[in-house]
Amino acid sequence: MATTPEPTKDRSAVRTLLRLWPYVRPVRTRLFTAAFVAVVASCTGLVIPLVLKWMVDGPVADGDTAGIWLGALYLLLLGFAEAGLFGLRRWLVARPLSNVEAEMRADLYRRLQRLPVAFHDRWASGQLLSRGTTDLMLLRMFLAFPLTFLLVNSVTILVGVIIMLLQDWTLGLVILGPALPVMVMCVIFERRYAVVARRAQDQVGDLTTVVEESVLGIRIIKGFGRHRSQARAFRDLSAGLRGTELRKARLLATIWAVIVTLPEVAIGAALVLGSVQVADGELSAGTLVAFLSTALALRWPVDSIGFLLAMSQEAATATERYFEVMDERPEEESGSGTEPATGDGGLRFDGVVFRYPDAEPGSPPTLDRIDLHIRPGESMALVGATGSGKTTLTALVPRLHETTAGRITLDGEDITAMPRAELRAKVAVAFEEPTLFSASVGENVLMGADGSAGAAELERALGVAQAAFVHQLPQGTATQVGEQGLSLSGGQRQRLALARAVVGTPRFLVLDDPLSALDVHTEAAVEAALRQVLAGTTALIVAHRPSTVLLADRVALLSGGRITAVGTHQELLRGNAEYAHLMSGTGRQEDDR
Amino acid sequence: MTAPTTSSPTTDDAPDDLGPRAAGDPFDHDVLPTPPGATGTLLRSLLAPMKARVALTTLLLLLQQAAVQAGPLLVAYAIDRAVPAFRADDHGPLIAVGAGYLLCALLSGGLQYAFLIAAARVNQDVLLDLRGRIFRHAQALSVDFHERYTSGRLISRSTTDVESLRELLEEGLQELVTVILSFLYISAMLLWLDLGLGAVAVASFVPLYLLVRTYRRRAARVYTARSTAIAAVIVKFVETMNGIRPVRAFRREAANDADFRVLNRRHERTNGDALIEMARYVVGSRLVANTAVAAIVLWGAHRVSDGSLELGVLAAAVLYLRRLYDPIDRLGMFLNSYQSAAASLEKIAGLLAQTPSVPEPSVPRELPAPPGELPGREVVFDGVAFGYRTGGEVLPRFDLTLPAGQTVAVVGSTGAGKSTLAKLLARFYDPTRGRVLLDGVDLRELAVPELRRGVVMVTQEAFLFSGTVAENIAIGRPDASREEIERAAKAIGAHEFISALPDGYDTDVRKRGGRISAGQRQLVAFARALLADPAVLILDEATSSLDVPGERAVQSAMATVLKGRTAVVIAHRLSTVEIADRVLVMEHGRIVEDGGPAELIAGTGRFADLHRAWRDSLA
Repeated sequence: MATTPEPTKDRSAVRTLLRLWPYVRPVRTRLFTAAFVAVVASCTGLVIPLVLKWMVDGPVADGDTAGIWLGALYLLLLGFAEAGLFGLRRWLVARPLSNVEAEMRADLYRRLQRLPVAFHDRWASGQLLSRGTTDLMLLRMFLAFPLTFLLVNSVTILVGVIIMLLQDWTLGLVILGPALPVMVMCVIFERRYAVVARRAQDQVGDLTTVVEESVLGIRIIKGFGRHRSQARAFRDLSAGLRGTELRKARLLATIWAVIVTLPEVAIGAALVLGSVQVADGELSAGTLVAFLSTALALRWPVDSIGFLLAMSQEAATATERYFEVMDERPEEESGSGTEPATGDGGLRFDGVVFRYPDAEPGSPPTLDRIDLHIRPGESMALVGATGSGKTTLTALVPRLHETTAGRITLDGEDITAMPRAELRAKVAVAFEEPTLFSASVGENVLMGADGSAGAAELERALGVAQAAFVHQLPQGTATQVGEQGLSLSGGQRQRLALARAVVGTPRFLVLDDPLSALDVHTEAAVEAALRQVLAGTTALIVAHRPSTVLLADRVALLSGGRITAVGTHQELLRGNAEYAHLMSGTGRQEDDR
Repeated sequence: MTAPTTSSPTTDDAPDDLGPRAAGDPFDHDVLPTPPGATGTLLRSLLAPMKARVALTTLLLLLQQAAVQAGPLLVAYAIDRAVPAFRADDHGPLIAVGAGYLLCALLSGGLQYAFLIAAARVNQDVLLDLRGRIFRHAQALSVDFHERYTSGRLISRSTTDVESLRELLEEGLQELVTVILSFLYISAMLLWLDLGLGAVAVASFVPLYLLVRTYRRRAARVYTARSTAIAAVIVKFVETMNGIRPVRAFRREAANDADFRVLNRRHERTNGDALIEMARYVVGSRLVANTAVAAIVLWGAHRVSDGSLELGVLAAAVLYLRRLYDPIDRLGMFLNSYQSAAASLEKIAGLLAQTPSVPEPSVPRELPAPPGELPGREVVFDGVAFGYRTGGEVLPRFDLTLPAGQTVAVVGSTGAGKSTLAKLLARFYDPTRGRVLLDGVDLRELAVPELRRGVVMVTQEAFLFSGTVAENIAIGRPDASREEIERAAKAIGAHEFISALPDGYDTDVRKRGGRISAGQRQLVAFARALLADPAVLILDEATSSLDVPGERAVQSAMATVLKGRTAVVIAHRLSTVEIADRVLVMEHGRIVEDGGPAELIAGTGRFADLHRAWRDSLA
């Protein structure tokens, strides 16, 4: 009946699980102590049948009352010890294991925040979330139970088998009979289960993605009355998950049935053989009782191996999924900032080429040999057709994406030569899609400045962005907004995002179509205020409309991935047909547009 | 949250989009107000359809336990009867013991297999049902609900909360039934073997029961706290991942790490609390159990030695006793998963108890056939007023008729109520008073498919779902052919950029090269709306990210596409007005000007003023 589970473990699963070591290391003392305590507790349980044997063959047979009392006292003490030890084991690991889970989650979060934006473009956030929640809970459970109990049960089984062999080696061998077939079955089971477990976890991730999208895209689903087809898609996915889970259940049921049946058959055989030996007087009744109680005491350790292995396998899969993300390379901090400044001020693009890292190898780059110089204090509008790469170009300045070739300099300093934090402190950005975080209005705006900015700066920035509406909010600038707060309209969010960009009076300002959601009056007021700010700032402003273009001193036209013209609005309007077309919508040059 | 006990603050002056939150809002809490007993009702309703299968599963377990528990009985029989019989050269009883044991072994294995499969089926079907219910219910709830219940919470309802029910079903229920059954079996066996010893064993149930009760009470508190803590973690996680660009650009990483640390620590603490409660329980239950074993052995041994009890019976009793108390730990594990599932189920029940504020009609009406050749329909706002449930009227009572086929531009400053007007027409909200009629039929009486053939709204936020570009357009009309999809894209000027994508219309928007700019997304959203081919089309800031030629292209497409349709266009760019037959100017929730564009421009009102400002902005 006995089998030690270690040899049955798939090598790669063990290797995968070993990667958890750095996280387990800080709590290793407690974990090992707990495992040791559990082994001792388990073995204490195995001593109980021996006391029984001693009682049956000794005091009970002899009618020794004092001996019976002594035996019962031993039992009581052993029982107390067992209870105390099991409690101690749980108490030892309770806090440390929660801590391991929390640390792993914090690390995942930290890493995700620092992975390139391109990574996030590729990964559905549902898949990331399921790694940060379900998978980590699985890992905590693995550390708490299967890991300890695979060890504890192996030792218990080993000790139990030794006790049985010592009592009667023939019966012991009978009990050991099923060990080999059970081991073989476990190996086969492990292999198959690994595949299905991974599929189930991935399907959970997909399901999470659908849930998330259905929540984020609710207005579209409602607007087109598509909640039924959405529900159908969801049902198909969850039915797929159900299928996988049932296959898991079938595998588990098979191995479990084997693990339950074979040892039980062996115990039955031992019972018959033992009875024959007792009848022949070769064995004492007490020994047979002790032998069988030991065998039965080993039932749980043996029975549980099936699900302990299953849980370990799932934990290995969860580990694999976790490290898939952790193994991604975060944005690298570039080398020393010793690059000599070229003395050339402002923001300069020098032969910048950009191709998305996941683009088809042969496709033309999104941005090709961009040369553009924005002089210190100058503001430059960036104009181009929809999808011409304007937003991509702006993302290169704060290094949300890395240039493929060429270089960008701020006041002569290569942006790849300075630490990202420093670069991003110098360059403030307002995105086309304004995102507010779960924090107060004030905190959301002041994010754009270093800690030094206070109420005065906040007021000034809100003034520039014409965001006086915040004072009418229930708690003024202390009102919570974002995911967990008041939902603001697109125009209101955009104005707060703009305020965030200007609050720190940055040296460099990148604005991606910052006024698209504003009404005409507000836009005019914002423009007037923004002019003051722009007077002392080097700025790159993506613009779709003449009114926004007029904020800038000069205009650059982005076309076919290249800067095709630079000049003032009036110059380009007169001299460049494409520009005139983009600004007025008339005089179209492409007939198929 | 510090909710003032006074009446809710007046939000009369709250602008358009600010309404739904006020102090003391139940949405500030993770658990929505749940009617008493809703959790139990939910669980019952989930299990009700599979009564027969639950019964079968239980029966399988019953038989399996019977087979398992027969073992010690056979041991007693072997020692007390078969051994003496064997000595007397009667081999029959021992052969019977062997055969019986073999049979029990095979039965317990086979029944275990059958039970596990049957149980897995029931569990998976319950989960499938529950997942579907949450999803469908969330989809049925109004936009107004979604604006208040954060997406992170909704996601945690359908992920971690369902997960904890899964644990209960997979491990917990089986444990519970096994525990109860083995308690019953073993108590019966013990009583049958020897009344006195059995009575001692049964008496030990009293302290065990008290222990379980105390544990249950203490654990309930801890588990609710834990489930709330993990929901907060998820909300923060989702928010960060969805806003990763600004997180980067504003160097929020460190601050976020710190925030996350706080939430994560709270979860870690409650998690540890839960595990410690469990440890307490295990110690207590083991103490009771092992004391009872010692007491029974003491008494039984005395009786064997004075000859009033057979040795085999004592042996069987002790074997049974070990098994009797073995499942107590597992009872703890059941309570564990039960508490955590109960906390989750309560939240799910709270979500499911939310009635959609925009319900589907029980007896839907059909729209009358369009009167003429043209697809447009007449829209009437009949004595409509709107305010959020938390108070404050956003749109005071008004009447408005939009004749079939008319294109109406709605202008006004941010927060004037334009979007609310559009949402009422799209039935994202229902009016507080009055009716919105489409060709004389109240929107509330239209089934969703009929309503969406009537009215479709395109909003400024152009969200793309996972899948190909073609699939995203086809959301407008799922049965549309590829030609129809391409025609819609061509009409709106989106064909060009879509064809340039790596796989054209089959490009996955999340995969290689599938990057689509904000303006392009808006074009996709437009194509989607065109494909839907509604009688009434609402465009809410739908061109804000387009460049001038893009907007022009959309407008010229609109001029043909909208012909004969009723259209409501909300735009800050007054260029839209060029295609409008009529202009409504809104301010503070009221329509302050209403007339033809030329007429209003010529006048001296707000629109003339706005228009002048806009002309200036064109430079």
